[in-house]
Amino acid sequence: MVFQFEGEPVQAIEGQMLATALMASGVTVFRSTPVSGAQRGPLCLMGVCFECLVEIDGRPNQQACMVAVRAGMQVRRQAGARS
Amino acid sequence: MKPDSGTRNIDPLQAEVDALVIGGGVVGASIAYGLARAGDRVRLLDEGDEAFRAARANFGLVWVQGKGLHHPHYAVWSMASAAGWGRFASELQDLTGMDLALEQRGGLSFALSETELGARVEHMEKLRAQLAPLTSHRYPFEVLSAAEARELVPQLGPEVAGAVLCPLDGHVSPLNLLQALIRGLRLRGAQHCTGVTVTAIEPLSGGGFRVTTVPSLQGNSAAALRAGEGTDVSGAQAVPAAVAGSAQVHVCRTLVLAAGLGNRVLAPWVGLEAPVRPNRGQVLVTERLQPFLNFPTSQVRQTHEGIVQIGDSAEDVGFDDTTTLPQLARIADRAVRLFPLLGNVNLIRSWGGLRVMSADGFPVYDASSEMPGAFVVNCHSGVTLAAQHAGPLVDWIRGGPKPAAIAGMGAARFKDGSPIVSSH
Repeated sequence: MVFQFEGEPVQAIEGQMLATALMASGVTVFRSTPVSGAQRGPLCLMGVCFECLVEIDGRPNQQACMVAVRAGMQVRRQAGARS
Repeated sequence: MKPDSGTRNIDPLQAEVDALVIGGGVVGASIAYGLARAGDRVRLLDEGDEAFRAARANFGLVWVQGKGLHHPHYAVWSMASAAGWGRFASELQDLTGMDLALEQRGGLSFALSETELGARVEHMEKLRAQLAPLTSHRYPFEVLSAAEARELVPQLGPEVAGAVLCPLDGHVSPLNLLQALIRGLRLRGAQHCTGVTVTAIEPLSGGGFRVTTVPSLQGNSAAALRAGEGTDVSGAQAVPAAVAGSAQVHVCRTLVLAAGLGNRVLAPWVGLEAPVRPNRGQVLVTERLQPFLNFPTSQVRQTHEGIVQIGDSAEDVGFDDTTTLPQLARIADRAVRLFPLLGNVNLIRSWGGLRVMSADGFPVYDASSEMPGAFVVNCHSGVTLAAQHAGPLVDWIRGGPKPAAIAGMGAARFKDGSPIVSSH
């Protein structure tokens, strides 16, 4: 199945967690931090570190490691603090 | 007194100190910092996180508005502290390199109805009238219409009927404040011991005190307070006797009890009383948001990192610091009515904490006549009053006159007649 990351199509397997689907396609930078703008990606892959935050279908600060991919999902990097 | 690595065979904690402060929260640390700054040899004792620790249950407000109705000296004391807070923060920043994130450009209280606004304005006008004979400056506040409030904070919800702005108010990072005070007092030569609980206080003939502590793991004030619940205010049996060999003895000339609720147990040991009760507050913390709120309010504030802290509850539930869904829902609902954008954000954390409340809400500042040199300090607004505690209060503790504004704030006032009921 296919979802979108930053407007580009990404191949994924049904049931895969979004974080692993993104990493498997070569994405390592998921977000920039609110205070310093540093680039971050997943660390714990089990929902406790909050490093893998992305925007999914317009909802900011979603933990990519806790969400399964869905066909047509629109994912963007989380840029700093949400509004 | 600094531990000296060149004399390893002398345990620095055995040495006598000028002042021993019990309780390492914001109140105790402010006093210990002020004493060290004044040149005394100081040791600050703290139980660690076993204690109830009002210092972790606060909202970081430097807050004047609304305080001291029917007790205008308390308003004067609070205003003096707020006036000195900027200098206090700069001094701590210069000394420790830590930014306290103090913002003091005013504070707002919002009303969600005309009735609520009217009541608030009446409260403030009464305060202004009561203060007029005491101060040369007019008690400062402004009443804002809904439109004016919205100009200051565009994200206000449609229910907001108006606001009161007090230019003296502000907020600070409570975490950075406590850390800066601890760092500051150590840089000024004071000692800081954590993980210890006081088990005995003996006056020494000729003046001074001998204070015994045990490691907090063997017993702590929270356990003693819970055990004493339901008995009278002076409460619990002391913590159990120490495991042999683990006790430590401290000798001091001046002893300051700043242990918050723990003072209920300690104060009688120096012939004083600390008639304070636990007052539970519950708090919600959101994920980081882009800045939208430039003024603290008493119920919602946005920190310098973008996090929104939501609070303003007060419950009389004994020594229970857990959270409850009804209170968290109530404060969340109010926050969303004030700022609808909060309806869509993720909550990261919630906590409950016990603050310290006397019968009339005002501080207790007492010097023991039975055992001169011992002091009790209890208050609800440890952050707001930090500047006064490090300054004028320390001058009193070191032998100066008791500041006029707090002359009436001893525990004896609760015996003279019914305490004045007030709201904060």
